[in-house]
Amino acid sequence: MFGLGILTGLIVLPLIGAAFILILRGEDEATLRNARWAALWTTIVTFLLSLWTWSLFDPASASFQLVESKPWLSSTIGYKLGVDGISMPFVLLTTFLMPFCILASWDSITHRVKEYLIAFLVLETMMIGVFCALDLVFFYLFFEAGLIPMFLIIGIWGGKRRIYASFKFFLYTLLGSLLMLLAIMAMYGVAGTTDIVTLLKTSFPAEMQKWLWLAFFASFAVKMPMWPVHTWLPDAHVEAPTAGSVILAGILLKMGGYGFIRFSLPMFPLASHDFAPLVFTLSVIAIIYTSLVALVQEDMKKLIAYSSVAHMGFVTMGLFAMNAQGVQGAIYQMVSHGLVSGALFLCVGVVYDRMHTREIAAYGGLVKRMPLYALALMVFTMANVGLPGTSGFVGEFLTLLGAFNANAWVGLFATTGVILSAAYALYLYRRVVFGVLDKPELAALGDLSSREIALLLPLAVLTIYYGIQPGAILDACAASVTSLIRNYDAALAATKTAALLLN
Amino acid sequence: MMPLTFALAHSLPEIFLALGALVLLLLGVFRAGGRDWIISEAAIAILGLALLSMLIDANGTSLIYDDAFVDDAFGRFMKALCLTGALVSLLLSREFMAREKIDFFEFPVLVLLATLGMLMLVSAHNLIALYLGLELMSLALYVIAAFHRDHLQASEAGLKYFVLGALSSGMLLYGSSLLYGFTGTISFSGIAAALKGDVSLGVVFALVFILSGLAFKMSTVPFHMWTPDVYQGAPTPVTTFFASAAKMAAVAITVRIVMTAFPGLQLQWRQIIVFIAILSMVLGSFAAIGQTNIKRLMAYSSIGHMGFALVGLAPGTQKGVMGILVYLAIYLVMTLGTFAAILSMRVNGHYVENISDLAGLSRTRKMMGFFLSMMMLSLAGIPPLAGFFAKWYVFLAAIDAGLYPLAVIGMLTSVVACFYYLRIVKVIYLDEPVATFDPVSREVTAVMVLGGLGVVLYWAYPGPLVAAAEIAAKSLF
Repeated sequence: MFGLGILTGLIVLPLIGAAFILILRGEDEATLRNARWAALWTTIVTFLLSLWTWSLFDPASASFQLVESKPWLSSTIGYKLGVDGISMPFVLLTTFLMPFCILASWDSITHRVKEYLIAFLVLETMMIGVFCALDLVFFYLFFEAGLIPMFLIIGIWGGKRRIYASFKFFLYTLLGSLLMLLAIMAMYGVAGTTDIVTLLKTSFPAEMQKWLWLAFFASFAVKMPMWPVHTWLPDAHVEAPTAGSVILAGILLKMGGYGFIRFSLPMFPLASHDFAPLVFTLSVIAIIYTSLVALVQEDMKKLIAYSSVAHMGFVTMGLFAMNAQGVQGAIYQMVSHGLVSGALFLCVGVVYDRMHTREIAAYGGLVKRMPLYALALMVFTMANVGLPGTSGFVGEFLTLLGAFNANAWVGLFATTGVILSAAYALYLYRRVVFGVLDKPELAALGDLSSREIALLLPLAVLTIYYGIQPGAILDACAASVTSLIRNYDAALAATKTAALLLN
Repeated sequence: MMPLTFALAHSLPEIFLALGALVLLLLGVFRAGGRDWIISEAAIAILGLALLSMLIDANGTSLIYDDAFVDDAFGRFMKALCLTGALVSLLLSREFMAREKIDFFEFPVLVLLATLGMLMLVSAHNLIALYLGLELMSLALYVIAAFHRDHLQASEAGLKYFVLGALSSGMLLYGSSLLYGFTGTISFSGIAAALKGDVSLGVVFALVFILSGLAFKMSTVPFHMWTPDVYQGAPTPVTTFFASAAKMAAVAITVRIVMTAFPGLQLQWRQIIVFIAILSMVLGSFAAIGQTNIKRLMAYSSIGHMGFALVGLAPGTQKGVMGILVYLAIYLVMTLGTFAAILSMRVNGHYVENISDLAGLSRTRKMMGFFLSMMMLSLAGIPPLAGFFAKWYVFLAAIDAGLYPLAVIGMLTSVVACFYYLRIVKVIYLDEPVATFDPVSREVTAVMVLGGLGVVLYWAYPGPLVAAAEIAAKSLF
């Protein structure tokens, strides 16, 4: 339509929903209900459209598909969209999680509902844009613009320290991204274009690659977040409303990993190779250290936030192992973590809506009052631990396999993280669900409502399905990952021969 | 020798303004009414006419009036910005001046004269024309800074501006005379021709003095001290005029003199510009953090923004000049929009200026809250708002020229600056409402909405501005 394709549709659709909610007048209950339904339908239709996109997508090809391209800022900085095997899973993850976010906020958000829904829909546009953009400047636009709605979501509908958390979130990520912006400018200077497809074929001088890599790393490491720049995440998670946490853990964190796969690894292969030990070290520290920190948390959301940092450590480790198992495992881990951590935050939201506290000590013995809830939490806890049969296992196993192939020591230390994650996750589960139900406030708790079941059931089904059928995701990204690794190895080999010739 | 008609045809906007100002002055005196709407309406019409007259024969570069002035694409671009700034400031001033009971007929006349000075400044092609334009602009500005004459702060602002302004004019004159002594010519192109090869220390002195004088008009560090006091003390529409049109003219002449008179001294002036730019960006971002008055905050913000604009001048390339032009155009829109919002801050008939007065604006006045927040985020340079593209072009030029430390420092300071812009967004969206603002006139709302839409939707159609800036920048090389 208008010379634009289906990906533009995916990006624009949430904005149309937002515009519709904007023109709704009045603050009465009926209007708010309409607004909620409008948002829900928008996200569902967007999800269906993304499924259609998926059906048009050919996983056997490693190239970018459904490409749309128009001149924009200039002939060299264009409006360019497209998906490949690496971005397609993330687009689907985004559109899939959004309806859950809207549903999760159905009753818990009671003030400034319309603004809330608009912020979420705008955020969805930005997130889809990040994964579809095939022009660096266009990518940066979405990457940064997403901060604005998220700032408002944490700041307006967050908890007690929401203002501190929202500023920290915004400024921390901005700082990293601005350095990346300078690197983008430098790349534009060398290649004469910001078209990602062209940049992927451009080989930057080795010395320059180092600086570019570091600048991109500054941005993605904060976004990911990697140790030691992860400190904004626990604050942001704890203060954000439930749906905000789901989006934060489910998708925003994945932008960092996506950035590594899309830019750092293929565009700066020499620097990636040189800096891999640094990434390994930081990843292993993240896995062990943040798991230990998670062990002593007293706030449920904070515990899951730290566990997210640890799980993202597996992702960075797998990526920089740069073999098929590692990279595919990392993608798998990100998708799986998107589902599982999203679901865990939803589970926290379920009890938070009833008790208005996230203190672990305030709970205990929930299984007696909420058996269904205990079951759901069990599934997701096990997936978080990485129990075989759940999606969490596949990702962790593959990344560890990749790490062992690249460097046995890294694999050895990282594997202890699996044990630690079992420790903190099961410890949390025991304190919340089992034990004696001796707190009088808990005695009157009702089990999951039908809305909450509708929220958690699809996530649980997918978590188990992907645990048994990992091919669904792995096949989609296989071709792209293979070509990524081939190009990476070729670039390394080329420099090696060049160095030999010089000698 | 060009025929006079040719020269007249190429200075139509200036002629309109000069004649218009004189006619309005006579009209005002004979009507003897004191406060008057008609004069300001006529002044707006004259500014509009001047803007339209630039569409006639708008191509090529021609030297006019014995090479004292030049009419080129760069000048036309900047003149359009100056005229727009003046026009909108005047439009915004009407309600304020009437409510504060200072709507005397002299104000529009002085604005016209100051604008005339700016246009002459922008198109100056020798040192005398430069000084003439600068003084015409400044003298009119000194008066309107103190236009609220019964108001202590306004008088202080006027006096401060006058004393420091006179000092800076002195420095500029001193530099000009040195330059004339060393090169024997006052024409910019003549100076450029004389300054080939090795230059003496005296010329460098002249350069330093001239740039210092201009830095004062741009309000860049270390010649910025007057800015916060004048911005706060002057009547808000006058501050709008200072922040929009006057800034444009000052940056324009700096770019022109550096590019056309001193291309041979690039090494020397680059140091000065880099120094000024870094100091301005750093001071502009750190000093604004503690401010509570929004006009004062905008003063520091403008200091920082001038620093960012100068990042584009430092490389001395065509790309850099294009970056500055895009930057100034976008900055103009953001400034006018923000001041339109500040002029809407009126509680129970009184204008208020504290940031805390904006608390909960997103709930009491949804549209204003949204647009002002967008304006703030755009000033901070967050994509997809227009301010991001402004930064993109200047920093692109700096990176292209290999000025990495300058670019990195600029980016770091913009994170600091982002904090105080974000603080205003926080006050608007996150704080509890305190008071509801009174309704405002249609023109103020219109300026705010147009500015806001321009800032929010610029990304959708960035082509024309970039193309115009490209043509304008080319004419300097």
